[in-house]
Amino acid sequence: MKPLTTEEIRAVIAKGKFYDNLFKAVGVFCLAFALLVIVALIADMVIKGSERFTLDFFFNFASRRATEAGILSAWVGSLLVMLVTAMAAVPLGVAAGLYLEEYAKRNLLTNIIEVNITNLAAVPSIVYGLLALGIFVYQFGFGQSILSAGLTLALLILPIIIVSTREAIRAIPAMIREGSMAVGATRWQTCRFHIIPYAMPGILTGVIIGLARAIGETAPIITIGALTFIAFLPPVPFSAADAGTTAGLFDWLLSPFTVMPIQIFNWTSRPDPAFEVNAAAAGFVLMVMVLSMNAVAIYLRYQMRKKIKW
Amino acid sequence: MESPMQIQETPTLKAEARNLNFFYGENKALRNINMPIYDKKVTALIGPSGCGKSTYLRSFNRMHDLYPGNRYEGEIRFFPDNTNLLGADVDPIEVRMRIGMVFQKPNPFPKTIFENVAYGLRVRGETNKRVLEDKVEHALKGAAIWEEVKDRLPEQAPNLSGGQQQRLCIARALATDPELLLFDEPTSALDPIATGAIEELIHELKKRVTILIVTHNMQQAARVSDYTAYMYLGEMIEFGKTDEIFIKPQDKRTEDYITGRMG
Repeated sequence: MKPLTTEEIRAVIAKGKFYDNLFKAVGVFCLAFALLVIVALIADMVIKGSERFTLDFFFNFASRRATEAGILSAWVGSLLVMLVTAMAAVPLGVAAGLYLEEYAKRNLLTNIIEVNITNLAAVPSIVYGLLALGIFVYQFGFGQSILSAGLTLALLILPIIIVSTREAIRAIPAMIREGSMAVGATRWQTCRFHIIPYAMPGILTGVIIGLARAIGETAPIITIGALTFIAFLPPVPFSAADAGTTAGLFDWLLSPFTVMPIQIFNWTSRPDPAFEVNAAAAGFVLMVMVLSMNAVAIYLRYQMRKKIKW
Repeated sequence: MESPMQIQETPTLKAEARNLNFFYGENKALRNINMPIYDKKVTALIGPSGCGKSTYLRSFNRMHDLYPGNRYEGEIRFFPDNTNLLGADVDPIEVRMRIGMVFQKPNPFPKTIFENVAYGLRVRGETNKRVLEDKVEHALKGAAIWEEVKDRLPEQAPNLSGGQQQRLCIARALATDPELLLFDEPTSALDPIATGAIEELIHELKKRVTILIVTHNMQQAARVSDYTAYMYLGEMIEFGKTDEIFIKPQDKRTEDYITGRMG
């Protein structure tokens, strides 16, 4: 076979480059479309809700008059529910992930458990709501409370935290583990001094992504019976309560509550179109909450990764 | 009549492999190894890739116990107390507390220089700051790196150069006063100058600790070791004094390997 002439080589390259450029154009178009949709959604909420962006909106309770209705009980409720969710899901998820990676023997049972953790992540959230209604609300008698909601969402994001913990642990080179064990450390010493600290950036990312998902969940919270109209805050610990008693440290856990997505859902289902303004404004606030959680996750991961290199 | 030159001290036994077999699952990696390790001497393990020398080395501190499906047969006797390192009643952690290890690739922890060396002491429950500082300094001096790092102890260890990292890992192993120090090709990731420093260090170290070293580099084996073992396909082909092995190997396979006809 004769070698190609310069012209022929250039023709072949030009043909190849055509597909290069074609795909580049298609890719840019798809990316632009996706971004445009998000920007349009956010812009729509900002424009529709703009007249509600006042301090009053953040510090008013729900009201029958749209202009006076605010999101105080909703954002406080969301924060408190997230607190319970994090307190329950983080220790459980990290411990489970650590156990599966560092302690569990590889056998049929652990394989079944592994597959099912992935399956759990795919269970529709309403199913978690039904489960929680039966177990937390009725069986354990927690009622329609912040505690029930927080635990329900904790179950929902547990698989996310377990999976991200395991991935973070797997990214630690075997030679670090061996180096620790070689000086005579036990498994737990190795986990405590090395595995957990080095996996922390990855774990933290998983936790925040999980919480960002949980804060927007509506279905399971409705299922366990969050209130849609609420004009009081959960009791502050040791504050004055009825009849001269003071609230206990954990009374707020059993208080009725509402959360941001439910407040939004409630406003959109009102006949009075003025509430649509409130819904748009609250939607934007929720977006900002989720995006800033993600931003914190990215920042923390970056800061922590800088310190850890092998 | 014997000339004074030929009178030889009889070396003390520090460890001895007896009918040692090792299996990765079904795969037999070590075949009936019998070999002495002498006290305060450097013993080199040489042989082509995959001959089982690292597998053999890692049996001494029970590293294989970290992974499932591995199995030992036979014994490694450890003296003076005549413990069987592979015994079912012996905790691998106890073995690793007595036997230190330096790995092929420097593996400092992503912590400060000080914490890297102090780690073995912390694992043993030492919390006294004075004791830690003294022992860390002593270990860093022993690993010939004290002068380079004495002003940078709070710095992150992975910022050191490769050769410094490896000497730091040696200091980490020395800090807990091991009776036997295992080296698994400690210079294969280092440049010639750093390699020279490590070899010199090994020479110094054998005054206080018994050393078993795996090496790919025959010149290195000849330079640093007192005894050499040649391994091939999981078997111990020949063991003897290093100069005898290199000058007058008894086995044809050893000769082929060290003269470069095979390897």
